[in-house]
Amino acid sequence: MTFSAFLWMTFGIFGTLAIFSFLYKDNPFYKFAEHLVVGVSAGYFVIILWHNGLTPNLFQRLADGDWYFLFLNSSKPWYLIPAILGAMMWTRFSAQYAWLSRWPMAMYIGIATGIAVPLEMANRINKQLFAMMEPIDFANFFGTQGFDLLDPTSGLSQLIVFVGAMCALIYFYFSKAHEGVFGRVATVGIYTLMIGFGASFGYTVMARISLFINRIQAIEAWRATGFDESNPEYHGGFPAVFWVILLGVVAYAIVEIYQHRNRPPQSEEPSA
Amino acid sequence: MQFFERLMKMDRRWVFLFLAVVCFITYYVKYEVPIYVEPETERIYEFIDSLPPDDIILLAIDYDPNSMAELHPMTYALVEHAWRKDLKIIFTSLSQNAPGMADQAIRDISDSVAQPATYHGIQFPGKDIVNGVDYVFLGYKPYYALVILGMGQDFRLPFPNDYYGVPLDSLPMMKRVINYDQVACVISLSSGTISDAWISYGQGRFGFPLFFGLTGVMTAQYYPFYGSGQLSGLMGGMLGAAQYEYLADNYGLARDAMKVQLPAHIIIILFIIMGNIGYFAARRRERSGGVS
Repeated sequence: MTFSAFLWMTFGIFGTLAIFSFLYKDNPFYKFAEHLVVGVSAGYFVIILWHNGLTPNLFQRLADGDWYFLFLNSSKPWYLIPAILGAMMWTRFSAQYAWLSRWPMAMYIGIATGIAVPLEMANRINKQLFAMMEPIDFANFFGTQGFDLLDPTSGLSQLIVFVGAMCALIYFYFSKAHEGVFGRVATVGIYTLMIGFGASFGYTVMARISLFINRIQAIEAWRATGFDESNPEYHGGFPAVFWVILLGVVAYAIVEIYQHRNRPPQSEEPSA
Repeated sequence: MQFFERLMKMDRRWVFLFLAVVCFITYYVKYEVPIYVEPETERIYEFIDSLPPDDIILLAIDYDPNSMAELHPMTYALVEHAWRKDLKIIFTSLSQNAPGMADQAIRDISDSVAQPATYHGIQFPGKDIVNGVDYVFLGYKPYYALVILGMGQDFRLPFPNDYYGVPLDSLPMMKRVINYDQVACVISLSSGTISDAWISYGQGRFGFPLFFGLTGVMTAQYYPFYGSGQLSGLMGGMLGAAQYEYLADNYGLARDAMKVQLPAHIIIILFIIMGNIGYFAARRRERSGGVS
């Protein structure tokens, strides 16, 4: 590993610790790392959009035309239409011509809605409804391998899903008071929802811990590279990077503590 | 009961610190957690394993670096498995910050597959992975729904060139590929709403077998699509990645992480139980007029 690669690796670890330092309290290291993430993401997106979007899908398709003919003599001049519509979006910055941006917006929303409505209806509503209306499989009621609640194809699973879904829907029916039998069915709906939320919560905990473990793995990889002399990628100068950064952090902490101690006490009474 | 009440008032930063210490300690302890493979993960593995050599799969790396922890191990395990089986892969990344990360992952996995290794007791001699022959990386295009629909007509519509600027027609692997009809399946590893688009605009419109690898936060809400048959298989979070690594006999970061997940979860469950006991203890004391 080159020295500069290790320097970047160290910078990544510094960013990790800077972000985690927010768990203690807000501080300049966290602010720096936060702004860096936002800035890098935005800058990266612009460059990717230019090189992977505009260049191959617009500029290269008009490239055989001449600019002094406004590319109308290119082999695919119709690509000028989306280019013009895209440029019209920028008129939002002018109070006088902002109305022009409504044309591309209308076209975009119209196309997106036209595509989305039938496909979303068919695939996210109808197919889910059909799946719930499947006849209960009594021949395979307890699952293919004996009693198996985890088998989604078993009749019992189908029955649980159907009953749970109906009860949850009834819980959201507010035109009738949740009393008597109706109330008890709605209560089963609440339990169904709580099971769903519990499953989501469990997965969320796993996801958050996963992020932390990933950072531990990154720190371990950095330690193995920078401080383990038996590692083939080890370089004698690597530990110096760590000590320089640690020195910077300690210096900052000393300055912060010094300033905190010498700060004049704030008056509890509001000044007149 | 005062112990639990004091716990209720404890600064939460002590909880963070305690959990971090537990995670660090258990990471460095040598032990292995047994992996129970769920059928939804097994179906992905079996589908890939059953494909004949030279079949093409489409792997959509639809996540940003902030989801690497959970989804990168899936990418590594899936791609290594597919390349060991001599399958061809079309990579896309419909998430805006993904292409650079995906490119790096492809290079890393190519290096790994080039090394000889043993899987399930069978010696794999290593294989040189060639861009344009063994894989094509299409890169990123905005408006993923339209891109997914466009690829259903012809991959060249949204992607006239690959990520490296090479025209698709000049790549040997793409000579026999027009659209999803030539692709055995689509696997989307996703951390956002792109998954919805793959269901509605991809599988729903074109009918290809669709598999998902999802972040833990998203997993529960996509099980109904697995139940309805719209999804042919599903991997959830780091656990799903660990299951795939186990099936592929390819020990990776996810299985390495499982030994930390287990104690971390136990600690969190204990904290939840203690928090609830403390809450009910405090409520009982409040109701009895502050007398314990």
